[in-house]
Amino acid sequence: MKGILKLGYKLLVNDKAKFTALLLGIVFAVYLMMFVTSMFFGVLNHASANIINVGTTIWVMDPAVDTVSNSVGMPDYVLDAVRSMQGVKYAVPLYSGGALVKLSDGTYQSVTVIGLDDASLLGRPELLEGKIEDIYAENGFIVVRDAEFSKLENPRIGSEFELNDHRAVIVGIAKVATSGLYGIPTLYTTYERAAQYIPNPRYTISYVLVEPKSPEEIPKIKQQVEALGYRARTKEEFMQRTADFFVYKTGGGTNILIMTAISFIIGLSISGQTFYTFILENLERFGALKAIGIKSRDLISMILFQATFTAMTGYGMGVGACVLLIWLAKLRLPSYAAMLTYSSLVIGFVMVAIIAAISSYVGIRKVLQIDPFTIFRG
Amino acid sequence: MPTVAIQARGLEKWFGEGEAKTIALRGVELEAYFGEMLYIVGPSGSGKTTLLSVLSGVLKPNSGSVQVENIDIWTLDADKLAEFRLNKIGFVFQDFHLFPRLTTAENAAIPLILKKKEWDECIREAVNYLDIVGLKGRADLPPVKLSGGEQQRVAIARAMVSQPDILIMDEPTASLDGDTGNAILSFVHKNVLNANRCIVVVTHDERIYEFATRILHMEDGRLTGTEKGTGSAADKGSPSGPQKGTA
Repeated sequence: MKGILKLGYKLLVNDKAKFTALLLGIVFAVYLMMFVTSMFFGVLNHASANIINVGTTIWVMDPAVDTVSNSVGMPDYVLDAVRSMQGVKYAVPLYSGGALVKLSDGTYQSVTVIGLDDASLLGRPELLEGKIEDIYAENGFIVVRDAEFSKLENPRIGSEFELNDHRAVIVGIAKVATSGLYGIPTLYTTYERAAQYIPNPRYTISYVLVEPKSPEEIPKIKQQVEALGYRARTKEEFMQRTADFFVYKTGGGTNILIMTAISFIIGLSISGQTFYTFILENLERFGALKAIGIKSRDLISMILFQATFTAMTGYGMGVGACVLLIWLAKLRLPSYAAMLTYSSLVIGFVMVAIIAAISSYVGIRKVLQIDPFTIFRG
Repeated sequence: MPTVAIQARGLEKWFGEGEAKTIALRGVELEAYFGEMLYIVGPSGSGKTTLLSVLSGVLKPNSGSVQVENIDIWTLDADKLAEFRLNKIGFVFQDFHLFPRLTTAENAAIPLILKKKEWDECIREAVNYLDIVGLKGRADLPPVKLSGGEQQRVAIARAMVSQPDILIMDEPTASLDGDTGNAILSFVHKNVLNANRCIVVVTHDERIYEFATRILHMEDGRLTGTEKGTGSAADKGSPSGPQKGTA
């Protein structure tokens, strides 16, 4: 480390009370911001669980659909029309809906039922136990072993229960990439069985899953589906639409913005004020340094280093605290909807960089204004 | 014939404008020589500190010139002037201005650190100077653990560590009791002053006049008289670096 930076480091770190206050301000701001955004991104991720788990390239849906769990039924001709479109390799129907399961103790449990295309089983989950072809067996259902698994009394292969007064048998236990948002178990079966067991409105196709012949065909397919009066969205677009729904239509985005702004203001207030006090307390000594012969650019480097060092240390500790808390929460609640994303990390980093920039700007401005002559005047 | 260290010509300095205008220096002319301990004395508000600041390249005069070792310092840009002060001038401030969170050695090493020398080398040299000023074994203490006299010695070590040609001392005894102040100036006279160094002291403490080579009296921004002091550097050698017993 260069001598002047080491000098700055020692001036900063040796003042333990101020350095601790500076760090606390940054850590608290980063922690708060990261935690809030992590929770939000976690919710968004869980909200898109079925899109992620099914994993197809294009989803065809009613234009009114905002999230994957709120599908609007489409008539069968949509499936036929899509299959006949230019650029479509294949297209299959998907059923997505809710049902009630009657448990052995007589209580009821809500479940999400995914009905996979009978022929292709496109979008099927990875099985942990059982064989996929058993899904065709009479009353066959596959249950997902996730955080909500126990709500179905930890079923095993062969376990039976009632689903909307129909007998259902567990023929497989699967795992998925992401659990759902609403805290209810997920069952997979065939499209036909789902449509048969679950009371439905007039139209039963929730989504048409499409595989294009090549990625270049996607825009053409989207155009053709639009001409039909429906929407074709890629997996990413559908996830974005789901995210937009939570951001813009539920007030979630505004809340996150407010919390981020609050954490920024808290961080800036504590750290900015403490750093400014640190500069003020050392103002005469900085003046002495100027009299002795420190160059302005060295003085600026020293203060920038102090602000950057504090900011980055605080950032690391804030991220660490956030990770630790999410980890602890997930030990207790496996479905805990919090997820640290690169976006959170970048937002936190930018916020801390702005705090450091403002704090150091104020400090530098003050220090550069000191006239070393004032040191002589006492 | 002694060599001129500082030559000031026609120095004028005022603060404020209009009715608030205060004239601090009125056409001051002086020479300070190597090997002398030059005192500038006078009542409060006479312009002593302003003159010291102008001579040391800290405060720009409104007119006039200051030549230090034949360099017209007020023609230098800000960076060159800072470099000049760092290389040529050592400062001892009235209130010491030591960093309380640094050790004594780190405080004393500051001019070397600003010169971008290796940290360990800076500390080594600073410790050497602390030994010279009588603070052996105190290098790792923070300044707050030292007495006022010891803090002033740290300030002297800091001023001397880069071996400047000119030492500027602003009211060096103002924060010290009589005996300590006398001891400090005695130390400076004995160990710091030499034929290759000029020391300029601003003071109004008559108890330390005995160490002056020359005393310039100042009043109302003008030099009003010169008095020959009893302190002399004529018999001193010209050490080229830190040696035991001399800084």
